[in-house]
Amino acid sequence: MSTTPFKIPIVPSIKRETYLNLYSRGLRLDNRDLYTPRRVEIETGVVEKANGSALVSLGNTKVMAGVKIEVGTPFRDTPDQGVLTVHAEFVPLASPTFEPGPPDENAIELARVVDRSLREVGAVDLSSLVIREGEKVWIVWVDLYILDHDGNLFDASMLAAMAALKTASLPDYEEYETGEIEVLRDKSQGPLKVDHTVVTVTTAKIGNYIIVDPTLDEEAISDARMVVAVDEQGRIVGLQKTGPHGYTREELERVLNISLSASKVYFKSLEEALARQG
Amino acid sequence: MGKKGGQVLITEEGLRHDGRRPDELRQVRMEVDVLENADGSALVEFGGTKVLAAVYGPREPIQKYIVLPDKAVLRVRYHMAPFSTSERKSPAPSRREVELSKVIREALESVVLSDLYPRTVIDVFIEVLQADGGTRTTGLTAASLALADAGIPLRALVGAVAVGKIGGTLVLDIDEVEDNYAEADMPVGAAPDIGLVTLFQINGVMTKEEVAKGLDMALNAIERIVEMEKEVLRSKYARVGEV
Repeated sequence: MSTTPFKIPIVPSIKRETYLNLYSRGLRLDNRDLYTPRRVEIETGVVEKANGSALVSLGNTKVMAGVKIEVGTPFRDTPDQGVLTVHAEFVPLASPTFEPGPPDENAIELARVVDRSLREVGAVDLSSLVIREGEKVWIVWVDLYILDHDGNLFDASMLAAMAALKTASLPDYEEYETGEIEVLRDKSQGPLKVDHTVVTVTTAKIGNYIIVDPTLDEEAISDARMVVAVDEQGRIVGLQKTGPHGYTREELERVLNISLSASKVYFKSLEEALARQG
Repeated sequence: MGKKGGQVLITEEGLRHDGRRPDELRQVRMEVDVLENADGSALVEFGGTKVLAAVYGPREPIQKYIVLPDKAVLRVRYHMAPFSTSERKSPAPSRREVELSKVIREALESVVLSDLYPRTVIDVFIEVLQADGGTRTTGLTAASLALADAGIPLRALVGAVAVGKIGGTLVLDIDEVEDNYAEADMPVGAAPDIGLVTLFQINGVMTKEEVAKGLDMALNAIERIVEMEKEVLRSKYARVGEV
């Protein structure tokens, strides 16, 4: 059951007028213009025991992604494909509003939007993950760990997932006569095959303004948000409207244009980080 | 193009597997006031998809702490009956159902005049009885009708429909067979009378131009869907008048 949030921060709604005033002059409280994301920092290989990992900072928001690759059975309708699964944990240390316990609707939505945006475009080549067709395949687990919440968890999570996947390596294995498969965790058989790069661009609608990469305060005063997933060819590979209000047709058009153009900033950050560490 | 797994999804004449044109809705059926206990209820069918929605409230919730001092809290549950799908679906709420409950609630928040009922809760229960594609959009349409039937003041009625992309062709109101092979699925929910799109998702790959064209198709159909909703509500009151 989904319930209207009833724990509402009071300070940001007082700040709303201040923010709107700034937006009318093309400014943000942190000196950004309306369409530029915060500073992105990406570090990969932060957890050696994971097959791939990344720590992403987007302003003060911090998300860690860990990729673990295990042997499992394929889905019955796709015997010739491996499996990609995305989960998100809103760890209680990340925000005073996060509580321990199973993922709530926000964590589930985040994981499912990232999952769909990677899956629909075929970002990870699932056909390269078959060990024995119909029986044994590699399962790629992407776990998103929110460490510090200052807004826009979607974009930070997608950057972390992408950086972790692009630096992940597929473990080697040994096959016994009994058909058992033993994963040789210390030996790699090469990099995980990633065919597409995907980023998401989140915009918030606040009054008549559309702003890129909202902070936590900006999210709290926003009417609605739009998450647009874009691949390296500039195609839209996923989209989710989130938040309680709606968009006019004209605003939707604006959101798509702003998002497609802002996606270039994220692609550049990702490319630079991977080149530096790769 | 448009042919997968031996099934032709778009014929050379441009018709779909069930004979519809690309911009044609399935047979739509709407009925309100179908349940005795609920304050408002509706049954909506789009082809083989059948969804029941019921509204309770505004009422005092059992968990008193969830209320807000300045408006009613909206609670929405989207749920699929175990027998609604080809293979039995576990009645426990799936991650998909949790997400869709949120997406549908957020599609209704901006039309419900919730500030008229502070310290109360309005419950919307959506049960998918049979799933044949487009269950979230049919559910949102049914929820809008059930809210109106419950007499809850609304800024506007909401209608919804999904557009799919099959073999590069955009088609309206995709069913389950089409959804299984579609390159993209784009559910849209809107309140045409106030010009707002309140539910919008894309699952799949589309260009910006395709999104724009798909939105036009969906919004066009939603205007017709909302007209049908109004007609059903009007005829209910006409019926009451005759008694």
